[in-house]
Amino acid sequence: MNSADPNGQRAWYEIVRDVLKENDVRLVTYVPDNVLSPLMKALHEDPFFTTFCCTREEEAVGIVTGAWMGGMLGVVLMQTSGFATLPNALASLAVPYQIPLLMIISERGSLGEFNLGQAMVCRTMRPSLDSMGIEHHTLRRLDEVAFIVDRTISQAVSTQAPAALILNALLTGGKVEKKEK
Amino acid sequence: MAGNNKQAQHNHRKVMSRADLSKRLVGKLKNDEAVIGGIGWTNFELWGAGFRPQNFYMLGSMGLAFPIAHGVAIAQPNRRVFGLEGDGSLLMQIGALGTIASRGPKNLVMIVWDNGAYQITGGQPSTSATVADLVGLARASGLEKAFWADDEAHFDKLIDRSLSEDGPFFIAAKIDSQKPAATTHRDPVQIRERFMRGLGVRKEPHAL
Repeated sequence: MNSADPNGQRAWYEIVRDVLKENDVRLVTYVPDNVLSPLMKALHEDPFFTTFCCTREEEAVGIVTGAWMGGMLGVVLMQTSGFATLPNALASLAVPYQIPLLMIISERGSLGEFNLGQAMVCRTMRPSLDSMGIEHHTLRRLDEVAFIVDRTISQAVSTQAPAALILNALLTGGKVEKKEK
Repeated sequence: MAGNNKQAQHNHRKVMSRADLSKRLVGKLKNDEAVIGGIGWTNFELWGAGFRPQNFYMLGSMGLAFPIAHGVAIAQPNRRVFGLEGDGSLLMQIGALGTIASRGPKNLVMIVWDNGAYQITGGQPSTSATVADLVGLARASGLEKAFWADDEAHFDKLIDRSLSEDGPFFIAAKIDSQKPAATTHRDPVQIRERFMRGLGVRKEPHAL
């Protein structure tokens, strides 16, 4: 696996893009997010991927689920609040039908959050994942990104189970309030 | 106030049998077309229309029949893919129509059974019983080939078109509230595995 080489030259979103490609993840559906925007841009610019925006995270999950059953592996990108709309689709589709649904979630709501709504919704994320028995890992360090993303994808496919990768502000910088000067 | 009693133009249409139309549709599928059955009586009726390994039956995730069909259509561009949805389910995920229109998958056909009610939960009226015109919503979302079926012969003709012309197609029919004779066998892993084998993605494992 080429991306395991910790040369430190690539940004987190370049590593994620490259590891997705190495694992033949060809379909990317998303609902827009500021922190994920460089990853979305990198995926749009690479013709290896079919990348498009959806109206809701549930819709994005449905599309990736259908594509998997048709023989194409995909990933859904979203932010924390978007994940909070998903438990029904996960509990009644991805989990019981054994779909290796990959989710990449940018974490809002901690480490300098300025919006109480985001902070509250963030507290529901890991308990929701745990209650459905969905494997999840939080990415904080650049040198761990390639290994965790690669192993999470291969485990999801081998065990036919959904999995979530949570991108923490320590990795991405997160989103902070712009102060008036 | 007046809106509650408003009978829009779209409701002055022939009401057809969901069972009959489901059988007509399935009877026309000769090339291993994939079919995604949305939840509720849409799904039971598809189950009752006869076994096909290319049928996928949802057991929850209301509103996701068209997104799932869209995903299958992306993965298998050379296969026709049908999504079957009820009016209540479509209204729950109406934004999916714009996504489909913007991408324009040629092999996707969306069928809507519109009885203006959430039938499986007790027949509570949906907005398509009065004000919401589902074909109007589809057209306004950018789907050009969006049609109401006027009667059974017209439905047959629209399905024939959707099987020979480029899509995406959106075909809606006003249907009755007759309870389906069958109930889908609720085994999600078996449903998914059969479907993947039916699409040629997986093979039956066998010893050498």
